[in-house]
Amino acid sequence: MRDRRLLCLGAAALVCIAAYMTIGLRGNYGFVLTLRATKLAALIQVSVSIAISTVIFQTVTNNRILTPAIMGLDALYLFGQMVLVFALGGVGYAALDPQLKFGGEVLLLMGLATSLLLPMLRRGTDMGLMLLAGLIFGVLFRSLQSLLARLVDPNDFAVAQSMSFANFNNVRTDLLIFATILTVIAAVIGWRARHVLDIMALGVDSAIGLGVSWTRTVTGFLLLVSALVAVSTALVGPIAFFGLLVVAVAERIVDSRRHAILVPTAILTAVIILVGGQTLFQHALGNGSTLGVVIEFAGGVAFLILLFLGSRR
Amino acid sequence: MIRVENVSLKHGSTPILHDISLEIPKGGITALIGPNGAGKSSLLSLIARLQPLQAGKISIEGFPVNTTPNRDLAKIIAILRQDSLVTSRLRVGELVGFGRFPHGRGRLTAEDQAIIDQSLQQFDLTDLADRFIETLSGGQRQRALVAMAFAQGTDYLLLDEPLNNLDMYFARELMRSLRKIADDKGKTVVIVLHDINQAGFYADRIVAMKTGRVVADGAPLELLTPETLQTIFGFEMRVETIDGIKVVVHLR
Repeated sequence: MRDRRLLCLGAAALVCIAAYMTIGLRGNYGFVLTLRATKLAALIQVSVSIAISTVIFQTVTNNRILTPAIMGLDALYLFGQMVLVFALGGVGYAALDPQLKFGGEVLLLMGLATSLLLPMLRRGTDMGLMLLAGLIFGVLFRSLQSLLARLVDPNDFAVAQSMSFANFNNVRTDLLIFATILTVIAAVIGWRARHVLDIMALGVDSAIGLGVSWTRTVTGFLLLVSALVAVSTALVGPIAFFGLLVVAVAERIVDSRRHAILVPTAILTAVIILVGGQTLFQHALGNGSTLGVVIEFAGGVAFLILLFLGSRR
Repeated sequence: MIRVENVSLKHGSTPILHDISLEIPKGGITALIGPNGAGKSSLLSLIARLQPLQAGKISIEGFPVNTTPNRDLAKIIAILRQDSLVTSRLRVGELVGFGRFPHGRGRLTAEDQAIIDQSLQQFDLTDLADRFIETLSGGQRQRALVAMAFAQGTDYLLLDEPLNNLDMYFARELMRSLRKIADDKGKTVVIVLHDINQAGFYADRIVAMKTGRVVADGAPLELLTPETLQTIFGFEMRVETIDGIKVVVHLR
């Protein structure tokens, strides 16, 4: 039953991918297809990393409305970038090897995010408190980032802005290879940990009772989640509610919280929304609006619905 | 054997447990009783390494709980807490199956499946196996959690007020199941109980705690006397023997 739903989703995702690659194909096929394939690869990577990071984050924090983005992890990433510009200057920053720089940023985010979140997760903190803390982290890092942006000289500011203005229409394809490696590693780890995640969803006490070393495992997952957030933020910029939307929809589709089935469903849902949506916007709606805005709107609505339905766990 | 040596615990500056030493030999049912706030649950969660040990030593079968790898301990000891949180969108059968996690790290063999079915049957859950946990009543949910701890198949089973939410029928069924696994399979059960009569009838030994200390320890027959009960709970009660069963009358 669930397998059939997963199969249907898989087919729908393939249709979206095929449509994205083929609709309105003109001119030099080789060039256009390469261009599209590169963007497609980035979109799929973002789908995978957002789906996995959101599911894991929700399981570890034991709630359904917190996502890494709502906890301000992407703001933290952008802040880290700004700090680099501030410290090295625009020219120094631009001269850095992009792969190396991205690697450094990922490591920085992993370290910062884990040291901020781990104290809260060691003994299950109240969800309301986590949400508040997340909002405040988000605002804090965004404000610090704009403070630094005002302090640097205008040339440096232009560099920083061009770096951080990635979005769905302007995907940072130069980081693709590095990001692909990271995403694949994370996906493999996530898949191997699917049973452990099922157990962690039971809560701290039950998980320890069943032989999971809580603090160590949570630390590992937080590192993984922050690496994935870095990947998606670097490729397409910050997106707050997409992960929440995808996981909420996926959970309704398969009616289960077992990670072996939920994670693939969430990934496929994300691919359908991103790739299908992008196709729709480029060809049917003539780029009249931005996919990011629509996704954020739908995700925000999903967030409110989840809040009002009180599905807090 | 569970060996607790000189264990003390503080929450901030509030002392919870004072220098407790206790030995629970293998086999049989040990009931922990005592008024609210006596430290029974804290002691249980220290034994089950749910809280870090602050002072003293605890070992199970010679394995110190604070240094033995968690996954090894999970094959020796299972715990059910009173406020076990359960995520939604989970079926009873799946939950009970999680009890087998320490053995196969998530992969269920035919033998695991047999044990799961047996646990479901033991706690009258076979018909509910496909129901979602959140659609169950409090008592049914409680039984599902006990079945999960049971499916873990450990020699030691720690239960923190498992009779909460259970009606008289299932409270009796649960205590009988525990008695049965203690007698037939040689399992060691440590159980926090508030129903003194259940403790008196089913347990082999009662350990009474009050304000973080052990105040009485012994077989139910010698412990259930008006004097001892008064020291533990602070009020007078009558103890009668009906059909050879000691019954504490604590209503008046």
